[in-house]
Formats: sequence, C-alpha cells, structure tokens
Amino acid sequence: MAVRKPPITTREYWAPGHAACAGCGCATALRLATKAFSEAMEEKYGDPNAFAIAQATGCMEVVSAVFPYTAWKAPWVHVAFENAAAAASGVEAAWKKLGRKGKILAIGGDGGTADIGMQALSGMLERWHNVVYLMYDNEAYMNTGIQRSSSTPYGAWTTTSPPGKYSIGEDKPKKWVALIAAAHQVPYVATASIGNPFDFVKKMKKAAKVDGPAFVQVQCTCPTGWKSPLEKGVEIARLAIETGVWPLFEIENGDLWNIKIQSPGGGAKVKREGGRVVAIEFKKPIEEYLKLQGRFKHLFKQPEAIDVMREQIKAMWKVLGVDVTLPKPEE
Amino acid sequence: MPMRKVMKANEAAAWAAKLAKPKVIAAFPITPSTLVPEKISEFVADGELDAEFIKVESEHSAISACVGASAAGVRVFTATASQGLALMHEILFIAAGMRLPIVIAVGNRSLSAPINIWNDWQDSISERDTGWMQFYAENNQEALDLILIAYKVAENEKVLIPAMVGFDAFILTHTVEPVEIPDQELVDEFLGEYEPKYAYLDPARPITQGTLAFPAHYMEARYTVWEANENAKKVIDEVFAEFEKKFGRKYQKIEEYRTDDADIIFVTMGSLAGTVKEYVDHLREKGIKAGAAKMTVYRPFPIEEVRALAKKAKVLALLEKNITFSVGGALFQDFSRALINESEKPKIVDFILGLGGRDVTFKDLDEALAIAQKALAGEEFDEVNWIGLRKEIL
Repeated sequence: MAVRKPPITTREYWAPGHAACAGCGCATALRLATKAFSEAMEEKYGDPNAFAIAQATGCMEVVSAVFPYTAWKAPWVHVAFENAAAAASGVEAAWKKLGRKGKILAIGGDGGTADIGMQALSGMLERWHNVVYLMYDNEAYMNTGIQRSSSTPYGAWTTTSPPGKYSIGEDKPKKWVALIAAAHQVPYVATASIGNPFDFVKKMKKAAKVDGPAFVQVQCTCPTGWKSPLEKGVEIARLAIETGVWPLFEIENGDLWNIKIQSPGGGAKVKREGGRVVAIEFKKPIEEYLKLQGRFKHLFKQPEAIDVMREQIKAMWKVLGVDVTLPKPEE
Repeated sequence: MPMRKVMKANEAAAWAAKLAKPKVIAAFPITPSTLVPEKISEFVADGELDAEFIKVESEHSAISACVGASAAGVRVFTATASQGLALMHEILFIAAGMRLPIVIAVGNRSLSAPINIWNDWQDSISERDTGWMQFYAENNQEALDLILIAYKVAENEKVLIPAMVGFDAFILTHTVEPVEIPDQELVDEFLGEYEPKYAYLDPARPITQGTLAFPAHYMEARYTVWEANENAKKVIDEVFAEFEKKFGRKYQKIEEYRTDDADIIFVTMGSLAGTVKEYVDHLREKGIKAGAAKMTVYRPFPIEEVRALAKKAKVLALLEKNITFSVGGALFQDFSRALINESEKPKIVDFILGLGGRDVTFKDLDEALAIAQKALAGEEFDEVNWIGLRKEIL
C-alpha cells in the first residue's frame, strides 16, 4: 500500500505537554514554525536540527519552560521580555565564531515585539544578523491577562481598553510591525496566519533559508483573550483573511513598492495590473469575523464603530497599494 | 617578555579583553568608557583579536547579546559606565541567575540627575545586589590584571557568576600610566579556552535555559547564586595566588598599608586608595598612627578579612564615593554587618566624598581625620559625614 508523505515533517520541537490553554492558536503557530524551520535547515544544511531559539517573555514562554520541565526539543534560551532580538544577536554571533552552521529563530509576542522589544528588533534587523524573528500576534498582552498592546486592533475589548459610556474599546488602529521591519530593507518580511497553515509554513521556510535577517508576523488566535470558541481558532483566523482584516503579503529586500499581496480567498475578487494586486473586492463582511469573538461583541450595538473599522482597514490596505471594497452585511 | 606600554585604563581594559580572547563582544559607547570598545574595534579590524563585535543599539542590548552569546557557550566581554550600567540593571540579575560568567569593564561614573560624567562609584555600587562579583582597580595595571582575574574566577565551576571590574572615570580611564602587558602564552596558560559545562546551545544536545520557576524552585535557584558568591571567596584567593605566581603581581581582597600599629584605618576603594596611602605616610611623619586599607574585592564581600582588619584598629574611617540615602555609604552598611556580633569592635565613621568627580585632597582627608580623632578620643561624632561639601551654595 502506498503511504502518503506527510505534508510537513513529523519531527517535533514543541513537544506535547506544554501548558498552553486549550485551543491556543499561538501554540499551533510555534509548532508549525519549528517544523518549517527544521525542514528548511535540512534542505539548506543537511541537518534538520541546525537551529536554536531565543524567546521573549510571554505566554508561549511561560507555558513551555516551567522548571524542571521543558516543552522544547531544540536548544532554547529565554532572557527577558524586551530583548529576544538582542539575545538572538548574541547567539548568532557565538555560532558564527563556533563555526556552527544553522540559523537562529527569535520568537516574541506582540507586546515583546511591537512595544517593549521594538528597539532591540530594529537593532537586530539593522545589524543584519542571520536571525528569523517570528512575531506571534495575538493582539494583546495575554500573558499578563489581556491588556491592550499597540498591536491590538481598533474596537477590541481588553482589560485596559474596556468599552464604556465614553469608550469604544481600543481606540487606536493596529500598528503594523511587518512594515516597520520591511523599512530596514532586510531580505524577507511576511505576514502569515494560522488560518492558512500551508502558506505560513512556506513563508517560515523561505525566511529560514535567506541569508540575513527575516521577519514574519503571524496572526494567531487566543480563545481566552478573544473570548472565542476553543475549536474555532483556525476558522476565525481564516475569516480574518477572507474579510480583509488580516492581509497576507511578502516584502523582499525592503522593496516597499513591490509588496506581494496574496489573494484572500472567500470569494473575494482580485484585480491585478501587470501581475500586481491593485484592488480587492471582498465578499464577506468583517462582521463575519467579528461576531465569533466576544472582544468585539459591544461593537454590534454601535454599528458606526464597525464602519470606522472598515475605513481603517481600507486605509491600511491603501498603504499596501491596494484599493479594497469592504461590504456591509446584508440587511 | 612582557611588554610595557604607557596607556589609559580604558586601553588597559581593551588589552585585557584582547588577551582573554572573548569570542563575542557587544558594546555601546558611553563616556568615560567609550575608548574600550573603540580600541577593541581596532584590534578586531586589524585581525589581532578574532571575535565578533556586535555594535548594539543600547547597553540593554549589549548585555542581552552577551547573555545570548554566553548561553551559547562562548567567552564574552562588554564595557560600560553610569547610565549604561543602570540600563543593563534588569539583565544583570538574569546573567547571574543564569550563572553565566560574563565580564564587564566599568568606568566608574556618577548617575544622573544632574547629569555628570565624572567619577564616583554609585553606578556599580547600585548593582551590588545583582549577584555579580565586583572588583575595583587602583590603577591602570590593576584594571588589566583584574579583568583577567575576573574571567578566571567567574569561569570556575564552583563559581559561574558574572563579574564587573571598576576603574575610576577620568582619574584612571583617561590618565596614562605605564602598564605591563603580560605575554599571551602566559595568559593562555592562566585562563585557558573557555569550555562551558552547563551553558551551551548545541542542536546535538538541546537544553532549555532561562526557564520560569514556580515558588517551589525559585528560592533554591537564588540560593545557588548566594552559594556561588560564597564559593568565590576561596576561589578568588586561589586565583590571586596563581596570578602572583605567574605574573608576579600580588592581589588581596583587602590590601592593607601600614595598619599593624594603627589607631585609625582609612578604608577605601579604587584610585582613592593611592591618595590615601600617601596621606597615611604624611600622617605617620607627623606621628599620627594611621593606616590604609583598599577593598580590591567588594562582592563577594570579604567579611573575614574585614573582621581581621577591624581587630587592628580603634577607628575604621570609611571613605566612600557613593551614597545610600538615609543610611550613609554602602561600605558603612557592609562593615556594620560584618562587625555587629563581634565582642570587640572599633568605632566606624562614614565619610561621603568625591561624588561626581569632586577632587579628594589632603585638606578633605584632614577634615575626615579630625572627625575620626574625635571618635578615637571617645567624644561624640556623627556617623555619616559629607566631606568637602560647599555649604555656601546649598
């Protein structure tokens, strides 16, 4: 009987037994990322294990390395919240001197990357360390109990952006770290999602194989912080892509004039000019994404806030060079 | 043959780093220690030092990169001062807790505000509870030697905690003195190649470093840092002895000068020790029985040596370029702790002086002596005294 080759290696680096919440989208992201890294290292250096991980403080750190246990089957180091990129720089420099072939994977959440770790990330990218920085973006400080970060989207409830008589919830648009990373003109920058795991794996492999720094921002769901059903993580993440909330793109060598936008699926109509995506007509309204999450529940009592969100999403796409149409739900 | 060169303490520190052959250096410029990374950059550029030099964007990233590299299993080095050391503060605890033998050269400088680039010891004294060892150099030769010694102690298996070596801003960092540069072969014999036993990031034998500890394990982890500091006391003596045998220069945790029949012993650290020794000579000529003691090692705190010193004097006069608000100087606390349960102990008088680069002259020391003599005579005295304070501008 013919045995089908598994779509991704069966090697595990993020072992079962970690203490993440049930339905944690970020745990899925880390498992896939390390598998992808392993495949890339095997293809590039002939050694699937030729990598080490430097990770920032955050939920994925505390659930994976509780002394005397570890969920990591790869060499792994954690230093602090804001310095995964700097620690990774040191590891990479040491490996260079030790003559060790391979690549360093730095991992940080949105708080450790978009906020407190921004300076260290910029330094690492600018100094051209051979490091892939993976930002797992669950859009708030989940480790400390769901406070807003600069990566929290407009309108979202968090414990520090509660909706109230004078508040709509988070009142600032999301900070797009991938574009800041791209401004360093590094070889590879991408956004990804656990809603499209094959694409995520492909991008992680690409990032791992380039010579020099790379940055991948992956949206991953957090049932606890998003107040969403445990089993719907991938579905919610896919809806983020299909409704236009979460754009998937790649930027190579910092070429901001040539951002490779991917088709969102979900029936969206993509218009291209010379191979380049210039417009997308989304078919699914963003409400389909929002309604599955308790963090956006209050918005449905104030539909004008959802219209503000639509305008912000259009503005964000405009930065990417794409004119989008976002439908309203049918009455 | 060892080479003698005239150089600043900053250059001496860079030479020490070159001789120790770290594989990774990560540094950010800050006055007065900027010349250290500059000089190391030259060594690396000229191929005299085979190391990766990470030109980081902050001191915070400098020490973070050092932790990453040390966790990966190589010898590392950095240099800083003042606000730069303060910016490293959080990671200093982590480096010690992770038991990584990192060495930092510190050009001892005051802390803001007001901003001031000149010498006192407030920067490294403020890091005294991080778990790091602390050595203080009296002159440029000591700056070089103590960095080599610091590596040897830090990398000892019974110790494995990081160390900082302080040398006074401008008084040493920018002042040229003849310095003997030891032979590379001898240093190689003394230090050897760093072979990490517990800290490495090797795919062939993956380990997890820098974990989370629940209450069930945290105290024990901190205890091992305490234990390492305790172990370091003996190891430092052994390394001092080995250094003397190899390089001919003798070091002691507390170096005593004319203390044998002294009534008053002035205790200090760093470059001020040179001034105080000369002052003691001057007092002896006048028939005043004074002595001097220099703290070469401040952490681990040499309690036994302090007790032995205390037995020799009727008054210990502590001369400190740092301040712990509402208490006095840091040495005052440490000496009080060392002597509190001794049945016979000298009077301890604390002097705060030379902050922010203020000169310490014989006139200032006369002011301190007068107060110490009051204590010696059994008269009332203030426990904490600010010397050389310009009261007219207060």
